[in-house]
Amino acid sequence: MGVLILLISFSIVVAVGFLLAFIWSVRTGQYDDEYGDSVRILFKDDKPDPPVSM
Amino acid sequence: MENPTFYYDNKIVKSFAYATLFWGVIGMLVGLYAALQFIWPGLTFNIPYTTFGRIRPIHTNAVIFAFVGNGMFTGIYYSLQRLTKARMFNDVLSKVHFWGWQLIIVLAALSFAFGITTGKEYAELEWPIDILVALIWVVFGWNMLGTIIKRRTQHIYVAIWFYIATFVTVAILHIVNSIAIPVSLFKSYPIYAGVQDALVQWWYGHNAVAFFLTTPYLGLMYYFLPKAANRPVYSYKLSIIHFWALIFLYIWAGPHHLLYSSLPNWAQSLGVVFSIMLIAPSWGGMVNGLLTLRGAWDKVREDPVLKFMVVAVTAYGMSTFEGPMMSLKSVNAISHFTDWTVGHAHIGALGWNGFLTFGMLYWLIPVLFNTKIYSKKLANTHFWLGTLGIIMYAVPLYWGAITQALMWKEFTPEGMLRYPNFLETVTQIIPMYATRAIGGGLYITGVLFGVVNIIKTVKTGKFVGDEAASAPALVKAGGKAAGESTHRWLERKPVLFMILAVVVILIGGLIEIVPMYLIRSNIPTISSVGPYTPLELHGRDIYVREGCYTCHSQMIRPFRSETERYGEYSKAGEFVYDHPFQWGSKRNGPDLAREGVVTGRQYKPNSWHYQHMLNPQALNVQSIMPSFKWLISNKLDISTTARKVKVMQFLGVPYPEGYDKIANQDLIKQATEISENLKASGIQCDPDKEIIAVIAYLQRLGTDITRTGPAVSFPLSSNK
Repeated sequence: MGVLILLISFSIVVAVGFLLAFIWSVRTGQYDDEYGDSVRILFKDDKPDPPVSM
Repeated sequence: MENPTFYYDNKIVKSFAYATLFWGVIGMLVGLYAALQFIWPGLTFNIPYTTFGRIRPIHTNAVIFAFVGNGMFTGIYYSLQRLTKARMFNDVLSKVHFWGWQLIIVLAALSFAFGITTGKEYAELEWPIDILVALIWVVFGWNMLGTIIKRRTQHIYVAIWFYIATFVTVAILHIVNSIAIPVSLFKSYPIYAGVQDALVQWWYGHNAVAFFLTTPYLGLMYYFLPKAANRPVYSYKLSIIHFWALIFLYIWAGPHHLLYSSLPNWAQSLGVVFSIMLIAPSWGGMVNGLLTLRGAWDKVREDPVLKFMVVAVTAYGMSTFEGPMMSLKSVNAISHFTDWTVGHAHIGALGWNGFLTFGMLYWLIPVLFNTKIYSKKLANTHFWLGTLGIIMYAVPLYWGAITQALMWKEFTPEGMLRYPNFLETVTQIIPMYATRAIGGGLYITGVLFGVVNIIKTVKTGKFVGDEAASAPALVKAGGKAAGESTHRWLERKPVLFMILAVVVILIGGLIEIVPMYLIRSNIPTISSVGPYTPLELHGRDIYVREGCYTCHSQMIRPFRSETERYGEYSKAGEFVYDHPFQWGSKRNGPDLAREGVVTGRQYKPNSWHYQHMLNPQALNVQSIMPSFKWLISNKLDISTTARKVKVMQFLGVPYPEGYDKIANQDLIKQATEISENLKASGIQCDPDKEIIAVIAYLQRLGTDITRTGPAVSFPLSSNK
């Protein structure tokens, strides 16, 4: 039974850790500049430069 | 400075796209065939390979792992290269992945037809194929992570996170659930038994839905929907929250498949709570997808690609609302074991996965072939046939499910079951099964139109196998840049990111599974419950082989309507020697958990079982069960008895030391008794036939707790 309590409490500690990390990330403006990345996927790929003729 | 030139591998994308269509058609046709068997049971033609018990795993595995699997790889191989601005890590790995996966599909279909199965839903593959799946999956992950590492972009787009979570989680689920001890090349016993096997199986089963049918397709949605609409996802922030919340919550929800079963109540409640919480991230994702189209709904009217995607995302929203509702115990009391589950699954499979796949392919194929879709009109026809098909598939099943569940539960004023004959509740909903089959037929007709349209498109286009692109090389930056936030830094670290994702996933899994092994009180031992006799063990293996669990449950829930119909409700301690558990998830026929209890309502004599397997319709004209007449002519293979007993001993089943050597003596003795009993009823059946073993198993079911005195002991002659 001791192992059970240890496991559950350990798991809850880690889970709460993730929650705190998430709240922290929102508060510190983690996701403020997310617009650019969502737009960049829409850009057409650059095609290679045509060979330069001398 | 000139940017380096590189080439995207379009050939592998094309291969996966063709495989998606090919297996999609096959998988759906098998599904239609299974659906028609509900109306015309004779469609099995009385041969083993076509019975529902063998066809159903072929259908489910083909649609999930072949159709959706290849669909997922099509989308991942296309989008990952563009998102990372890099060719796939290694062309050989890509090819090994592709051909390995197709080989697995063929082996799976063949092995299920031949009755080679573990009897665990969506994980029916036997151990050699399981190992192959694990290897090919690692090849896929290696190829994907290699591509991510050599990428030319700093940022890892949200779709890629979903791909990574898919790879990692499916690998863990598959390995943990498939651990088994081989009896032969084609047969193994899982190391888990009874309640624990059920928990591991549905932890896997539910998360197969989550991480094979959901997360990769969400990744595809976050790439292909914005691409098709040519506008960015509504909220990138929401997509990040969506990802973390979803992978954290999904892994806990498995026990909702086992409500009111013998699973400990705390584990059931945990599953319910997390299932309800899942609405939030799921709907966050749905809203994010639909709102991406804000201001672009005029495009939806014009573009079949967007039509498919809109219905796909809507179906995702519907089934992720319905799922949590079905996880409520009061709703589950009605929905479980009925066609509601089947309807729910098909909203997901036909709507979400199917329509997103076709939306993606209608966008992707013209792009790959530098052309336009051959016929927009045909694509629209496909769309409408599919949509109508989904509705005609699901609505009758919901209707039939509620009808049937209410019939199961209805009592007369005198307190007797109104419909004590299970068959009545099946016959009542046959028209619903017929309508369902029409719905499925419409959907497949649409798919066939789609295939024609795509073939025509391919013919008009010009395919470029290696598409040139250029992008600046990525400047490797180790630590965090000044002013950079941690998540942004993490996004550039795929391996670390993967490890963190594993940690998040494992917390959920461990907290539910580990305690089960630690607390003995979770499996109360019942002194009268003993191991199966060698003959019963063989019978049980035949029960698994024939897929009886696809139509018959072995789990009596603690409701009066069930205890009246079937007998005493099932206890966790009754299943401790069940490798694998056979609780089932759907009742197309009655529950069999107390089949052998002589004083029970379900009890049938040996002769009845013999006649019933030979020709079910001879006993019940309206029965939809197929004939299993080969059991009567097939000789039981007793050469494996010793090995089976040994494996069971290894798994902790208490047969006495050295019993494997004398087990066949007990087997023959018990078989002879049954054969003589049949003879007394006027049936001539040699004791060495498979039917004898099946009868022995069925007559053992549920009897142990009615025994007075100790459990059966071995050898059998030691029992008085």
